[in-house]
Amino acid sequence: MNPLALVGRIAQLLPVLLGVSVIVFVMMALTPGDPVEIMLSGQQVTPEQVQAMRHDMGLDRPPLERFAVFLGNALTGDFGLSFFHRRPVVDVIAERLPATIELTLAALLIAIAISIPLGVAAAVHKNRLLDRLAAVGSLFGISLPGFWFGIILIILFAVHMQVLPVSGRMDYACEVAPFTRLMTIDSLLRGRPDCLADALSHLILPALTLALPMAAVLTRVQRAAMLEVLRSDYIVFAQAKGISRRRVLWRHALKNALVPTVTVAAIETGSLLGGNMVVETVFGWPGLGRLVVESIFVRNYPLVQAAVLFYAVTYVFLNFFADLLYTMLNPRVRL
Amino acid sequence: MHSTRSSATEMSEPLLSIRGLKTCFATRAGMVTAVDGVDLDVYPGECLGIVGESGSGKSVTFASVIGLVRSPGFIAGGSIAFEGVDLRTLSDEGWRSLRGRDIAMTMQDALTALNPALTVAEQIEEVILAHANDLPRGGRRDAARLRAVEMLRLVGIPAPEKRIDDYPHQFSGGMRQRIMIAIALSCRPKLLIADEPTTALDVTIQAQVLDLISDLRRELGMSVALITHDLGVVAEHTDRVAVMYAGQIVETGPTRELIDRPRHPYTKGLIGLIPRLSDLDAPIRPIDGQVPELIGLGGTCRFYDRCEFRTPRCRTDIPMEAVEPNHHARCIRVNEILRVEEVLQ
Amino acid sequence: MSTALEAPAVAIERIETPTWQSIRRFAADGFSMTAAVVVVLFVLMAALAPWLAPHDPYESDLLRRLQPPAWMEGGEWSYFLGCDALGRDILSRIIYGSRVSITIGVAVVLIATVVGTVLGLAAGYMRGWVDIAISRVIDILLGFPYLIFAIALMAMMGPGLENIILALVYKEWVVPARVVRGEVLAAREMEYVEAARAVGAPRFHIMFREILPNILSPVIVVSTIRMAHVIILEASLSFLGLGVQPPTASWGSMVADGRAFILDAWWVCTFPGIAILLLVLSINVASQGLRDAFDPKFSD
Repeated sequence: MNPLALVGRIAQLLPVLLGVSVIVFVMMALTPGDPVEIMLSGQQVTPEQVQAMRHDMGLDRPPLERFAVFLGNALTGDFGLSFFHRRPVVDVIAERLPATIELTLAALLIAIAISIPLGVAAAVHKNRLLDRLAAVGSLFGISLPGFWFGIILIILFAVHMQVLPVSGRMDYACEVAPFTRLMTIDSLLRGRPDCLADALSHLILPALTLALPMAAVLTRVQRAAMLEVLRSDYIVFAQAKGISRRRVLWRHALKNALVPTVTVAAIETGSLLGGNMVVETVFGWPGLGRLVVESIFVRNYPLVQAAVLFYAVTYVFLNFFADLLYTMLNPRVRL
Repeated sequence: MHSTRSSATEMSEPLLSIRGLKTCFATRAGMVTAVDGVDLDVYPGECLGIVGESGSGKSVTFASVIGLVRSPGFIAGGSIAFEGVDLRTLSDEGWRSLRGRDIAMTMQDALTALNPALTVAEQIEEVILAHANDLPRGGRRDAARLRAVEMLRLVGIPAPEKRIDDYPHQFSGGMRQRIMIAIALSCRPKLLIADEPTTALDVTIQAQVLDLISDLRRELGMSVALITHDLGVVAEHTDRVAVMYAGQIVETGPTRELIDRPRHPYTKGLIGLIPRLSDLDAPIRPIDGQVPELIGLGGTCRFYDRCEFRTPRCRTDIPMEAVEPNHHARCIRVNEILRVEEVLQ
Repeated sequence: MSTALEAPAVAIERIETPTWQSIRRFAADGFSMTAAVVVVLFVLMAALAPWLAPHDPYESDLLRRLQPPAWMEGGEWSYFLGCDALGRDILSRIIYGSRVSITIGVAVVLIATVVGTVLGLAAGYMRGWVDIAISRVIDILLGFPYLIFAIALMAMMGPGLENIILALVYKEWVVPARVVRGEVLAAREMEYVEAARAVGAPRFHIMFREILPNILSPVIVVSTIRMAHVIILEASLSFLGLGVQPPTASWGSMVADGRAFILDAWWVCTFPGIAILLLVLSINVASQGLRDAFDPKFSD
């Protein structure tokens, strides 16, 4: 790909990123509750001390200046102190991030593992039983409220059958030296199959809950793309060559029909970020989503602000990445 | 005897023999009989032209031969014998090993027939790997690649060893058409079905591609079924012609004779469409009317509505009749029309 | 002219406009029709809640704390789906809860569709700086994952029914706006618009009287699909405690209340969730039928 065109595309992201930061800043500025009062609540302080603290935090300066400071700090990764944890916000977020990444990746894998074979099979068996079942399944998938479905899974597998843990990420008995901080990968790297099994048993239900709506969407995309491709001349020509049916489907057809699916998957990964909050709350998963929800209730606004900005920036880049993927997978589209 | 069939085919048994082929499409409007009782032979080494307007059933006939009639179409009757084997009895695996190795096909537009997401190398090599059993063990891929480069050289792609890893869209239209031909011929098929090989091309490149097919036919000793709507193409490149109209063959015969002395009124109409060098000022006469809907036909000559020679006697199913030993036409007034023309001349 | 001669033939057969054909196609689709009927039943349930609910949804009776549904041991037929931790009748609360889901779903989609349509029309028809400004705002709003945006707004505005509607509308209008803008860009080049321009029709007349009626059906189809999404979002916010506040019965908060008792009272969170699933599923099925009926090229 042309590096100059790539730079141009990244430059197009800048106004969006700036706009996103403005909105995040304004939201937090309008959020009721003076941060200083929240921080000092329950402590004996004089009005002068409050005033001094406000000055230290730059809260008495005009809004535009405060935004410039916020933006400058954000660019250097400085989001201030988490009131609640009394530590830099960035550190608290960094600590919670691996759990969210692990959950998101697991959900993405599950969604892809379900949707691609199912979408292809549904297209090949169009209007037959399998196709109808897939259609009904994906309707359920997009209609399931994630928070409720997660609880139902807990009731079934953790309470009723007692085969999986109710919540959390890892049993305390399992101590694996952190490396990637993704529990499943670390357990593998350190050669601890017992810990891997434990990590997976914690991971499977939340990942499945998060994955199902995405799998539903991707199955539809994959089916539609496959149907479109199967109608094309190059499939007839490939069949006329006398190569195996498997090769016609999985190489000739799928390589083309994957383009929209992969693109949508990248975009939908952004929606997984939103779903994280609900699913992490349901399953007591110690990730970023749950941290944000908890922080709102304790009015830990610097953390909420940083996290919302982080989510939005990630989302913008995921969409950008989806765009890029589409270009790279499609030899016909040139930058 | 007016036979102009080449001496190679004079004595032999047909390579492909179609009898009473009937191919239907189940549509919402009803059952469409796209091919209705076609009898056709292709002899070893010959080039047979199949001419007709779009919708005449010429492409569907040969899609039936290679077993790739698109849904919702299906073969409803008749037999297709290739080297004496009825193809309709083949298993899936039987079809697979036949396609590409014994019968190959090129499509109208190489831009849509070549897979945009795979390199040219992969698209040629896969045919060779699927069919060739003389590739050395352990080095099958390398050998297939060598053959693929050879094929590209044979069809006239410059610097094939460099271009082979490119994608189809990186070639020009004419080059893509050549690549498609290379793919079809890479396993030396006995029969090539060339479906409108030049329609998608510029006029200047059309002749090159047709010459290439003719040259390769002689070089590889294969038969070619050249499907086209263009009698001009047929006149220059085929040994025999079958003219199709509304799902039936209406006239077959040696190319020279059929063009010089067409018997069926439809063929006459088609020939009126060829601009003649000797007669450039003569107006091109298009045939009035359209191909009839292919639902519930029967009990009448299908060309009846558009025919300038029609009589009430034509309102019946017309059989094919020999007008010369190798020349047949589906018209009950062949001899009358011939006499009228002789008188007029 | 030949059209004059053909006129009587046309008049004998009833003229079917495309819209009528679409409505007939939809009515003929039994699956979608059933779903549409279920949606209507839910709306009736919300409207008639005070007459339908067997009990007061807010009346707690600690003797009935976590009472199981009727068919289980210890259940009563008059408390069909059992009671919650405060001994309130779950069925009655579900019936009242439908008011929250449907009010918010309808209000958000309605407001968002009106706002989005006007802004989309303006962007698509006026082009220039109006288009640039609106499109930029759309791009920026698309930069936020929906739920996170709504959560941050709820934190800012505080809980409450109006605030949920506002928080969702702030982002939801983007969807119809994009659809309308795209349709308008296509319609601008159509003959009927050029004809109207040629005879000097005023800009607002062209936008609202000529273009709008012609692009309405894709907008309506998109809106119905979005309603399902909005209802799930509201339920998610209420589940997280950022939506409708207790004691108001909302399906999302009912599920959240039940979470604490999944070990011994599964019914408390199960039934409200089934209500959400049923309503959202019906809306999705019906809107898919609507889309197929209005735009048959999608129905594969």
